Amino acid sequence: MRIIGCGNRERSDDGAGVLVAERLREWGLEAETLTGEALALIEAWSGAHDVIVVDAVATGSPVGTVQVWEARPYLLPGRSSTSTHGFGVAEAIELARTLDRLPQRLRVYGIEGRQFELGSDVSPEVKRAVEEVARQIAVQAGKCRS
Amino acid sequence: MSGKPSRTIRVDTLARVEGEGALHITLAGDRVTDVKLKIYEPPRFFEAFLRGRHFSEAPDITARICGICPIAYQMSAVHAMERALGIQIDPAVRLLRRLFYCGEWIESHTLHVFMLHAPDFLGYQDVIAMAGDHRAVVERALRLKKIGNRIVSLLGGREIHPISAAVGGFYKTPTKYQLRELVNDLEWALQVSLETVRWTAGLEFPDFEQDYEFVALRHPDEYPFNEGRLVSNRGLDIDAAEYEDHFVELHVKHSNSLHSVVRGRGSYLVGPLARFNLNFPQLPEVAQEAALQAGLRPPVKNPFRSIVVRAVELVFACVEALRVIREYEPPAVPRVEAPNRAGVGQAVTEAPRGLLYHRYALDVKGLIVAAKIVPPTSQNQKRIEDDLRDYAARLAAWPLEEATWKCEQAVRNYDPCISCATHFLKLVVEREETDGA
Repeated sequence: MRIIGCGNRERSDDGAGVLVAERLREWGLEAETLTGEALALIEAWSGAHDVIVVDAVATGSPVGTVQVWEARPYLLPGRSSTSTHGFGVAEAIELARTLDRLPQRLRVYGIEGRQFELGSDVSPEVKRAVEEVARQIAVQAGKCRS
Repeated sequence: MSGKPSRTIRVDTLARVEGEGALHITLAGDRVTDVKLKIYEPPRFFEAFLRGRHFSEAPDITARICGICPIAYQMSAVHAMERALGIQIDPAVRLLRRLFYCGEWIESHTLHVFMLHAPDFLGYQDVIAMAGDHRAVVERALRLKKIGNRIVSLLGGREIHPISAAVGGFYKTPTKYQLRELVNDLEWALQVSLETVRWTAGLEFPDFEQDYEFVALRHPDEYPFNEGRLVSNRGLDIDAAEYEDHFVELHVKHSNSLHSVVRGRGSYLVGPLARFNLNFPQLPEVAQEAALQAGLRPPVKNPFRSIVVRAVELVFACVEALRVIREYEPPAVPRVEAPNRAGVGQAVTEAPRGLLYHRYALDVKGLIVAAKIVPPTSQNQKRIEDDLRDYAARLAAWPLEEATWKCEQAVRNYDPCISCATHFLKLVVEREETDGA
């Protein structure tokens, strides 16, 4: 299983995916961190069969809500990613689908954020969601220590 | 005034720029009455964040400003610090820094040329739609960008927010063998870049030229990355230390970002067109020939042709990377010591999008007491508005949807990295038209 946390730690709740990856590393799991830029993301999951991408999202749900999408069979809801770049996670998935570069299984964990301004303050609800998502992923990887 | 009803054109989100922005254009008939590029976020966060930090932290902190051009931020920071501290770097480190920059240009230009800008010219909503019909082109772009990533990862220690560049050199330098492993990929990249020049030259460009003041670094022997005089086609020829004597930043009501202008003159253009027009003789022969065959002869004044110029700069980056790898001998030490001392240092380097200016003032403990950062997109912002003021007027009679798309494309000519200048810029293009036209 390949785990990729996307986001920017300098953008408040946008760092949620990166925080999940950092927590998993503390537990001894391998997890990459990326900005969420599409081409780097496609490259990062190249050759993997089972991939989990974690990113902050803004869908209008309550802050800290965790949603999981199975990307291979389903289209992601449009523009759900809060990537600071115009070409982010959702675009990476759709471009990879067109180019037959999607992993056999790709799950996207979206953590609803509230604030995306410059700064390192993460909303308490997002912090709780980060712990929950990290625990869920660790359980699946058979390495939960909590 | 002539009894014509008004019409409004809105584009709520400008896609395919790095970040999100808002653009508001108001037209009365065929007359543009207002153009506002809006940026919402306070841009000075990092300058404040840097104050009180040790100079050695600046390269890593500023690299986090942008995920697309972290090397440029690191390079402007290390050069400014080295000037403040009076440090001379090893020639091998200088070479490696040029290679580092090649990697970033390859990554950034590939992303913009193929993924963000080409769909405009080919009539696709985005690269996902384009990939269905132009699969081989997009596959090539993926491989090309990966080669840029390899260079950045090798020299930076990791792909994003690289951490190896330091004031005085690198924390760790590569071996000759590690660099030679890049050669096959770079030779492939060079051929693909040449092909990309031909491919982009065959696109259709609007007939649109402006009388720009182009501003770029100029070095007597090299196409510019990190060093040189700051020059323009209107007689500017200064050292980086004089930057703030000649360029001023103005607050504008509609934006939290600052607009840069040449003192006493107005807007100016930084980036690929400026570099190309001011440094054509310094391009390697193969890049010059490719440009001339593509119909590019300086001065290129059509901003839409910047996609071809970026492809020419891809050729240059590949040739330059191969040269550096051929000539590289590891330095005796990866970095020279940088003792604490008080001083002021300014540096300008060429980010993929254009000039990136840094100034730092340090106290005797080497702590930052003042920092100033002027990103390329801030410098181009007024110029983008000026382009649109002219361009949008020509589109007054066009159907709403097409005119809007054309305006978005005109913004993308500048590859604006709005997440550098600020973040979350919603691009909204609005047009009001009078009736009876």
